[in-house]
Amino acid sequence: MADLNAITLQLKGIRKAYNIGLPAETEVLHGLDLTIERGEFVALIGPSGSGKSTLLNLIGLLDKPTAGELFITGQATSHLQDRELTLLRAKAIGFVFQFHNLLPEFTALENVMLPMLAARGRPDEAMRLRAAELIEQVGLSKVGKHMSNDLSGGQQQRVAIARALVMQPALVLADEPTGNLDTQSADNVFDLLRRVNEASDTSFLIVTHDPRLAQRCDRIIELVDGRIDSDKANRASLP
Amino acid sequence: MNTVFPFEWILAIRFMREARMQTLLIMSGVALGVSVIVFISALISGLQTNLFRRTLDFQAQIVILPPKEVSRPLHKAGEGMLATLVQPRAQRLQSVDQWQTVLAQVAKMDGVSVVAPVVAGAGFIVRGEANKAVGLTGIEPETYLQLIALNSKIIAGTANITGTDILVGMDLAKDLGVWTGDKLNLQTASGGTATLSIRGIFDFGNSGMNSRSVYIALRTAQSLLDLAGGVTSVEVNLEAPFTAETVAQTIQAQTGLKVDSWIATNAQFFSALEAQSMSNTVIRFFVGLTAALGIASVLVVSVVQKSKAIGILRATGTSRQQILRLFLLQGALTGLIGSLLGAVVGWLFLNAWRKIAVNADGTQLFPITFDPMLFVYAAVGATLVGTLAALFPALQAARLDPAVAIRG
Ligand SMILES: Nc1ncnc2c1ncn2[C@@H]1O[C@H](COP(=O)(O)OP(=O)(O)OP(=O)(O)O)[C@@H](O)[C@H]1O
Ligand SMILES: [Mg+2]
Repeated sequence: MADLNAITLQLKGIRKAYNIGLPAETEVLHGLDLTIERGEFVALIGPSGSGKSTLLNLIGLLDKPTAGELFITGQATSHLQDRELTLLRAKAIGFVFQFHNLLPEFTALENVMLPMLAARGRPDEAMRLRAAELIEQVGLSKVGKHMSNDLSGGQQQRVAIARALVMQPALVLADEPTGNLDTQSADNVFDLLRRVNEASDTSFLIVTHDPRLAQRCDRIIELVDGRIDSDKANRASLP
Repeated sequence: MNTVFPFEWILAIRFMREARMQTLLIMSGVALGVSVIVFISALISGLQTNLFRRTLDFQAQIVILPPKEVSRPLHKAGEGMLATLVQPRAQRLQSVDQWQTVLAQVAKMDGVSVVAPVVAGAGFIVRGEANKAVGLTGIEPETYLQLIALNSKIIAGTANITGTDILVGMDLAKDLGVWTGDKLNLQTASGGTATLSIRGIFDFGNSGMNSRSVYIALRTAQSLLDLAGGVTSVEVNLEAPFTAETVAQTIQAQTGLKVDSWIATNAQFFSALEAQSMSNTVIRFFVGLTAALGIASVLVVSVVQKSKAIGILRATGTSRQQILRLFLLQGALTGLIGSLLGAVVGWLFLNAWRKIAVNADGTQLFPITFDPMLFVYAAVGATLVGTLAALFPALQAARLDPAVAIRG
């Protein structure tokens, strides 16, 4: 616990309000404190509208909290400019969304290359090899050259996971990554996330509505009305 | 994925390729605009070159004359035997004072290509019953033929005149029923008279000039016009015709003589040229504006269509600047590729025009001059227009809030 390097994410009094200064002003998150350590595999659950996506966007540096401080791998983020936020996001965070994760203009393999390309500016062989390695890891070697639109929903989510991992981030944020899939595909995608987590130091924060999948995480955080209602270790997940 | 292009280029090219119909339509629009500009520019510059040549083929760029007299006597009293035949408008000819000095001085000036002495006056061609009033010009062929495109207008004989040679226009020759080698009698108001032999026939493409102008050797003209050793004007051509007015003013200041430039004497011609250039500029401006609006509207739609993709890109480490460049680049590429297509289409138009717009005799109805640099200007201009047009959509894309974009 005392090892700062072991802390992937820390939230201190995070608040988020929308429509500030307007009559419709509403606070969605009311002062959250939270720490996620290296390698943790965490489920974020809660009713619709409780603020799960809002929280994930804040953690992913896509949005700014109204108050509070957010540390990513020990670095405070509230004072950072857009350029620095982009760099930190590229280095430390991988995203998996529920839908439309991939750019349809590119193949599966190219989609996995994009974060490296954005960071380094020009494609090279090393990038291709790294992307191919990840495509293989998610079990899609056969369809790597297919346009991303030609893949099934489950395959697309696997590509998105490969892309999220390509920069070796400290934290992967997944917002209902299996919400759009049938049970079988959802299980496969979830298995993949678990396996990647076991084989690396990467922490995962996964929003899910599926209690069955939440039960397979090491820790379950429940958000209700913008507050952490419960946060407990889940022994059932242990083998 | 090609390793030649950087990230933004790869994205821009893929986006444009994927939105095939939009890309095709807007590029066709740009191409059409550029082809219109190429075509109209070639047509107008052809027209201008033609007008320009038609003017300078017959006229020196600068004419140096004796200073204006306050009151000019109509004619000397007590002229010789021809006095009764002479019409009162015949004017006393005045020589340019110290013309050799002036000529030498002007010849040394920067940018002067030719200086020629000229003796001009009026006379009558007499042959049998026929009697024709003509304007006669005494020239030194060595200099004068460089001044005016007389050589290229000769349809029979030669323009190289000496002694008692004379050049007459095609219409005059026909009226009098004469041709090269035939003899003519020339008389002047000052009483000079000479029998001259036709050395050449010219066709200026203008029946007035073809029936009223004749050219004779300078010395012959001097003696016929009673102007021994004098010339009525010194005429000058420059390497850069459009500097004529400035040079004319310099000469005037240095010599105190009356100096006319072709620019001042053809003020109307120049205002016509200006009007043409102006309309060309207006056309270019509006074609450019139309292309810019087209490109901008396509990109504004594209930003909306791609907002989810932009959100995903931002979430996976793409910076605002990269998104900005991505859309600027799409505008620039639309302009560039559209203009290259347009240049090709414009060039095809021009070739078709060359074949279609011809006179019965096969010569060009409207001669077209085409400067290949126009392609380069069009490409650079269209690329700039495309980039500028993309500025607003690109800023919109860069400012997109990724959280909102992904939420949809
Ligand atoms: N951009 C926004 N402007 C205004 N209100 C917003 C905005 N984004 C989210 N909200 C509101 O914030 C609250 C939390 O939304 P959020 O999407 O975080 O919930 P969620 O827990 O992810 O729900 P779900 O399970 O349905 O995805 C909702 O009431 C939502 O209407
Ligand atoms: Mg949500």
